[in-house]
Amino acid sequence: MSVVLHTDHMVHLPKVASFVPVPARLIKKDQESDGLYTLHLEICSQQPEHIQQFARFQFGQFNMLSIMGIGEIPISIMGWQDGLLMHTIRSVGRVSEALNNLQPGSQIGLRGPFGQGWPLTDFTGRDLIFITAGLGCAPVVAAINYAVAHKQQYRRIVILQGVKHHQDLLWQSKYDEWRDKGDCQVLLAASEENKRKYHWRLGLVTELLELAEFDPSHCSVMMCGPEIMMLAALKQLNKQQVDESEVYLSLERNFQCGLGSCGHCQLGPYFVCKDGPVFHYPQIKPWFGHTGF
Amino acid sequence: MRKQYLPKDSLPALYEALRKRGYKIIAPHVHDGAIVFSEQHSPDTLPWGWQEETEPGRYQLQHTERDNKSENPARAFAWNNGPQGIKPWLFKPKQEMWRAEETENGLRFRQPDYAAEPIAFIGARACDLAALNLQDKHFIQGHYPDPFYSAQRQQLLLVAVNCQRSASTCFCTSTGDGPEALFGYDLLLDELDEGFLIEAKSEVGDEILVELALELPLELPLDACEQSLLEQAEQQLQQAAQQQRKMPSDSELRLLQNKLDDQRWHEIAEKCLACGNCTLVCPTCFCSKQESNSEKLGEVSLASVQTFHPEQSDNNDVASQVRVWDSCFSEQHSHIAGKNIRPEISQRYRQWLLHKLLMWQEQFGRSGCVGCGRCISWCPVGIDLVEEANLLLRSELDQAVEQATGERP
Ligand SMILES: Cc1cc2nc3c(=O)[nH]c(=O)nc-3n(C[C@H](O)[C@H](O)[C@H](O)COP(=O)(O)OP(=O)(O)OC[C@H]3O[C@@H](n4cnc5c(N)ncnc54)[C@H](O)[C@@H]3O)c2cc1C
Ligand code: SF4
Ligand code: SF4
Ligand code: SF4
Ligand code: FES
Repeated sequence: MSVVLHTDHMVHLPKVASFVPVPARLIKKDQESDGLYTLHLEICSQQPEHIQQFARFQFGQFNMLSIMGIGEIPISIMGWQDGLLMHTIRSVGRVSEALNNLQPGSQIGLRGPFGQGWPLTDFTGRDLIFITAGLGCAPVVAAINYAVAHKQQYRRIVILQGVKHHQDLLWQSKYDEWRDKGDCQVLLAASEENKRKYHWRLGLVTELLELAEFDPSHCSVMMCGPEIMMLAALKQLNKQQVDESEVYLSLERNFQCGLGSCGHCQLGPYFVCKDGPVFHYPQIKPWFGHTGF
Repeated sequence: MRKQYLPKDSLPALYEALRKRGYKIIAPHVHDGAIVFSEQHSPDTLPWGWQEETEPGRYQLQHTERDNKSENPARAFAWNNGPQGIKPWLFKPKQEMWRAEETENGLRFRQPDYAAEPIAFIGARACDLAALNLQDKHFIQGHYPDPFYSAQRQQLLLVAVNCQRSASTCFCTSTGDGPEALFGYDLLLDELDEGFLIEAKSEVGDEILVELALELPLELPLDACEQSLLEQAEQQLQQAAQQQRKMPSDSELRLLQNKLDDQRWHEIAEKCLACGNCTLVCPTCFCSKQESNSEKLGEVSLASVQTFHPEQSDNNDVASQVRVWDSCFSEQHSHIAGKNIRPEISQRYRQWLLHKLLMWQEQFGRSGCVGCGRCISWCPVGIDLVEEANLLLRSELDQAVEQATGERP
């Protein structure tokens, strides 16, 4: 007989935590620079699986952070240290500012982790190139930390970062550490000043690519930053014989739900929150860089 | 499955049978000059003898009886559709997602009790069922099934109706979704002059029919019914064939991929008000945004809200998160810090049309348009989606014809 109500797929119970936040307590806040801060959050749930859920994330994934009565925003997962979840946030508006004003001990809500991260394990045995621009490219920082800690799995690691002014650079000490102890090639550029300082160049992050030492036929590129920068970098990579199938990038759109339901984050046929935010470049090529998508 | 004749005056028995099983009855009725759905207690409130007259940017009800009272007694389902489909009953215009409360151990989040209640929806059309199927794909068959939609969906009983005429804005034959309801319902009505042919398609539907039969010994002039139904079917086919609008096929619509930079987007934008009506009446659109409410804070200014510590509050509920319908025509829809991805109306119209007709295919395996024509009737400036799709594809379609026939059309 033909019962047509489609109920067979309804047996899966919804992952409730994805729709409803889990409480987290602010333990510590690092003021990285003016308007830029890192939250260290303790998951307060009585259910141990919630802690596991947040501790087990992929680099490049994000959480939805909500502050009561104000709003909810997507923020990349920076890391997990000493049982605390880390998010680095720039204060740009309503919610990010309210989060900045939180005092230790206050609680927020967390949903996640969501989305696709960098497929780092696929890059074993290759040169890794990280290209970022702007402030605090958190999803890439987490991936760099991992790659440096597991250097033996990769060949060369090249880190390129562009900012407007050199003091905009987050985690200056981290870059020094990656260069000196991590044995990475670190190249930094400031677009609006010529700081006569070792390792700094005037210009755009794309110009740094020419100075980067890597094997174009055995490399994997991870990018994150303004789309205009990523487009320029793609062009330059092409010039340097890097196949576009080696490129991965992280995108940003308006997120309301984070789990493929609200429709806000669409880019062509993709939902950036669930199919991304990290995409394999060939996948999104027809839409990427096209204004209005 | 069981098929019976249901005289008009047995409709109350059907309502009663549904009520006895615990269903709240949602049925069509006339309200504010349109056919809308809400809880109804008696078949008397069905839109007896009403029909819509509609064209781009216009929707008006008129009484059928005035024209041909004698041969065509008033029918309950002579109309085709109103601004709503089944959508508002499952994907609700407003849905509380969670509530935060203060406990001794700090914040606690909980999902509100679903307001899922057994609903019998009377009067779903083929296009509505097709749209429901698409919304099921989005809200239930995705990675994270939506708990609110899913719960209500399981409590839904559908009494479908076969359309016997097409409104002038209907184009379901070209999308393959109508006019005949073929799947997705529990009971199906075919309206005849003096009654209905009622057919069960699910177990519950069948049980209800059994109950009806038990309670009223029905005469079953089925042969006569089938005959008049056959005549009606023919009429229906003719009607359907006369549908003036024709949406290109899914494979033709794929050619829209070549039209991302078409000049036409700018021409439409000169008319389009970006009001979002087309997305709100569309039975398949699923966009929503979330709003954070802090009821206990009430009128406290934003400045103090920003330093608000839930720990210091004395009321239990500190906040709630509410999901409300949204539209890709709204300015905030594509806003990201300091920037709007689609500042131009041309880009927003393009998002709407391309999502519906092109990207939907990749996301859900078919176009997101089921041919109901609502977006055409309810657009205040009469923009016609089918016309736009055909205009955009004109050169591509001509080329296809040329290749197939060797002739220039
Ligand atoms: C995958 C992803 C990862 C991100 N990771 C980080 C990070 O690690 N650190 C960081 O500082 N920022 C990050 N962002 C950007 C951050 O989400 C926005 O800066 C933030 O949402 C701004 O919110 P607001 O309320 O402070 O700003 P306002 O301009 O006052 O408000 C904008 C409102 O729009 C909505 N909105 C939804 N998505 C966005 C968006 N992407 N940008 C802006 N508004 C949005 C929210 O409701 C928000 O409250 C990320 C964004 C995405 C999509
Ligand atoms: S796009 Fe228009 S015609 Fe198609 S399903 Fe939506 S409202 Fe109906
Ligand atoms: S993006 Fe626009 S067309 Fe697509 S579902 Fe949302 S409102 Fe509808
Ligand atoms: S197409 Fe019509 S209904 Fe849709 S947003 Fe534009 S003016 Fe409004
Ligand atoms: S953020 Fe809601 S669908 Fe992606």
